[in-house]
Amino acid sequence: MNSFLNTDRPQVFCPGCTHERITRGLDNTLVNLNLDADKTVIVTDIGCSGLFDTFFNVHALHGVHGRALTYAAGLKLADPTLNVIVTMGDGGLGIGGAHVLAACRKNLDLTLIILNNFNFGMTGGQYSSTTPSDAVVGSEFLNQAEIPIDICKIAKSAGATYVSKCAGHDPALADELAKAITHKGFAVVETLGMCTGRYTKHNKLTPKVIDQMIVDQPIEGGVVKENQRPEYGKLYRELAKEKTQFPQTLTIEKSFNLTTPQRQEIVILGSAGMRIVTAGDIVCHAGMSAGMNVSIKNDYNITVLRGQSVSEILLSPEKIGYTGIESPTLVMALSLEGVQRREKIFKNLKPSTFVLKEKSVAIPETRARVFEIDFKKFKIRKQDWALASLGVLAKEKVLFSKEILSFALKTRFNEKVYTLAMETIEKIY
Amino acid sequence: MALSFMEGNEALARGAMAAGCNFFAGYPITPATTIFSNMLKMLPPTGGICIQGEDEIASMGYCIGAAMAGKKVLTATSGPGISLYSEQVSFAIGSEIPLVIADVQRLGPSTGSATRGADSDIQFLRWGATAGVPVIVLAPKDALDCYILTIHAFNYAEQFRCPVFIASNKEIGMTKESFDLNSVTLPSLVERTPYKGDNYIPFKADPDKAPPFLPIGGKTLVRQTSSTHGPDGYITIDPEIIAANQQRLRTKLHAARQQLSLYEKNLIPETDTLIISYGITSRAVEDAAKILAQKGQPISTLSLKTLWPVPEQVILKTAANFKRVVVIEMNLGQYINEIRRILGGKKIDFYGQMNGVMITPGKIMEVIENE
Ligand code: SF4
Repeated sequence: MNSFLNTDRPQVFCPGCTHERITRGLDNTLVNLNLDADKTVIVTDIGCSGLFDTFFNVHALHGVHGRALTYAAGLKLADPTLNVIVTMGDGGLGIGGAHVLAACRKNLDLTLIILNNFNFGMTGGQYSSTTPSDAVVGSEFLNQAEIPIDICKIAKSAGATYVSKCAGHDPALADELAKAITHKGFAVVETLGMCTGRYTKHNKLTPKVIDQMIVDQPIEGGVVKENQRPEYGKLYRELAKEKTQFPQTLTIEKSFNLTTPQRQEIVILGSAGMRIVTAGDIVCHAGMSAGMNVSIKNDYNITVLRGQSVSEILLSPEKIGYTGIESPTLVMALSLEGVQRREKIFKNLKPSTFVLKEKSVAIPETRARVFEIDFKKFKIRKQDWALASLGVLAKEKVLFSKEILSFALKTRFNEKVYTLAMETIEKIY
Repeated sequence: MALSFMEGNEALARGAMAAGCNFFAGYPITPATTIFSNMLKMLPPTGGICIQGEDEIASMGYCIGAAMAGKKVLTATSGPGISLYSEQVSFAIGSEIPLVIADVQRLGPSTGSATRGADSDIQFLRWGATAGVPVIVLAPKDALDCYILTIHAFNYAEQFRCPVFIASNKEIGMTKESFDLNSVTLPSLVERTPYKGDNYIPFKADPDKAPPFLPIGGKTLVRQTSSTHGPDGYITIDPEIIAANQQRLRTKLHAARQQLSLYEKNLIPETDTLIISYGITSRAVEDAAKILAQKGQPISTLSLKTLWPVPEQVILKTAANFKRVVVIEMNLGQYINEIRRILGGKKIDFYGQMNGVMITPGKIMEVIENE
């Protein structure tokens, strides 16, 4: 192919706009590299640089401002055989800065061409993230109070594996772009250009001035040695390939018949580190093994190593509707923090409610039947109290038989942990 | 009989896998995070891709790119993330990009409460994008619904080439429960219609349909754009072309309203009160209905699974013979106005609650009894 330019869609840039030169430069690059049109996609965002996708006979995706790199990443991950080229102005660079940094860090094989012309052309020449503080732009004095960014320096420090800068009018542009596109990893090319429609009306910016800017702010262009590492997609696929184990759904077979299965509303009041959630799970497994429907909700702090840990469990022979606890049939008070978290429930407990309380834990006054146990006497460590409580309940014939509990533990733990758990339970028998 | 045991978020993720989802991108946020962590366990072993975006906007962008390359994509977030998704959702709606978005709702506004439930986003999901184009929003009431509705969501996304929201809730997503997956017939899978022919015009479609799809990266060149476009995918200012496309975006969903109307109802003969609810609240309503029946004051219930497009005919027909309709919502009234709009002069009562806890069956009975 001798040109990828779409003859039905001629360029519409202002006369003298560097974007026009870059369009032709990119076309030469695609021709020289002999890329397959159907394996190439141009991704753009908003602004005059966002017109690029319309000029080429390749796949095209034009999206919202600053997000081009995000679509590009999705495309490349989904189809690693694609050549993904992103064009973005200094506007997109500013608003999509987080995505530029992320792309540098990830090193997915994308090419980002930044068309820096120092202002927002399309909306009237306002200042952008690259406008010099002394420029005269359509933002009154605002740019005087900020400084521009140097994206090449930023890209390098953020981990880009290829960075270069050149004038948009540079005859070597096509070669510069070719090097970036053939680089296997994230490549950034910053082109400096003139927005004749806006910027150069008030600022002395000529090809010569741009050439001087590049001389004044030299960057060592090309492959960034210190950042070299595997391409993200390749690395991702290698790492993902090692994950071969699909996590199967946990199912529990009905294995026991209860003579009178009854709805239970259970609250376990404990603290972080006491394996309250695990104990709650075991109650649920036991319930399901006895043919009950179950639900469980856990309440713990965002800082998971501290504070209360509360489990609320429903067991019901019927389908469970409302999953809140209205009238507990069983409360396990295993820590003060946990009790304080649900202090209000004690006042209204029914006389039939069974409260299992550890000796050291004070509870508010209640009409419920309170059963106290001193786990310290049994030499049971605090982190096993919740588990041991299930043993106490089995022994007191409150919830499940020891047989059902043992079955539930087997479904929840591996052989080794199961044995340890049973040893703990045996201590109180 | 073996029961499955998992939280709503895991059920949603497993439903996505059952629907053939092969791409996920998201950003951690309570109470939706475990959808992400489940997908991260399930996608790699099946050859799928699971990515953490640098933010929610990026996550949606990854999804859009992957969907345009032909993947079946899922993302998951909560209210604050939906806020950030908005610009990309508009893109996906207007440019007909199939994807499924799980919103595990939490108590808003804004940061609100990460671990407190509420049906905060019911109107936000409908109107949180520019131009007011209809969207599909499905509301599960339990873990089993999370599984099944996610399959429906993928089917709809594929058929109508649009984003489909699942309006879950912290109280469903983070509650583990048992359910019998074998007790239901799962919907059979629908895939997007591939274009067959040799002159692909990316947005050319029947006036009530989504256009056939070809992926970016395939043999035929594809154009995708967030700008107002004609069938060819290039910017247009032609009012006729614009009008036809805007109309088609509405019609393709509204014409399918009947197919899209998912609900459960329990109509008891000779009752004069109908409770309409959705999501987690439906379960308390069912409990209340049971107790009231035992007390000799039976009522009927309608639980909506599709919230948008509004299942108008279902609501109209179901409510026709009732003297009193009561709407219960876990917010201070987001869907009630839809019901009022449809049921015109009927006596409609409302109870809403937004305090971080679920509405109890007792409260619902009180509302019913204190007419
Ligand atoms: S406004 Fe500036 S950037 Fe846009 S086409 Fe004109 S010269 Fe080029």
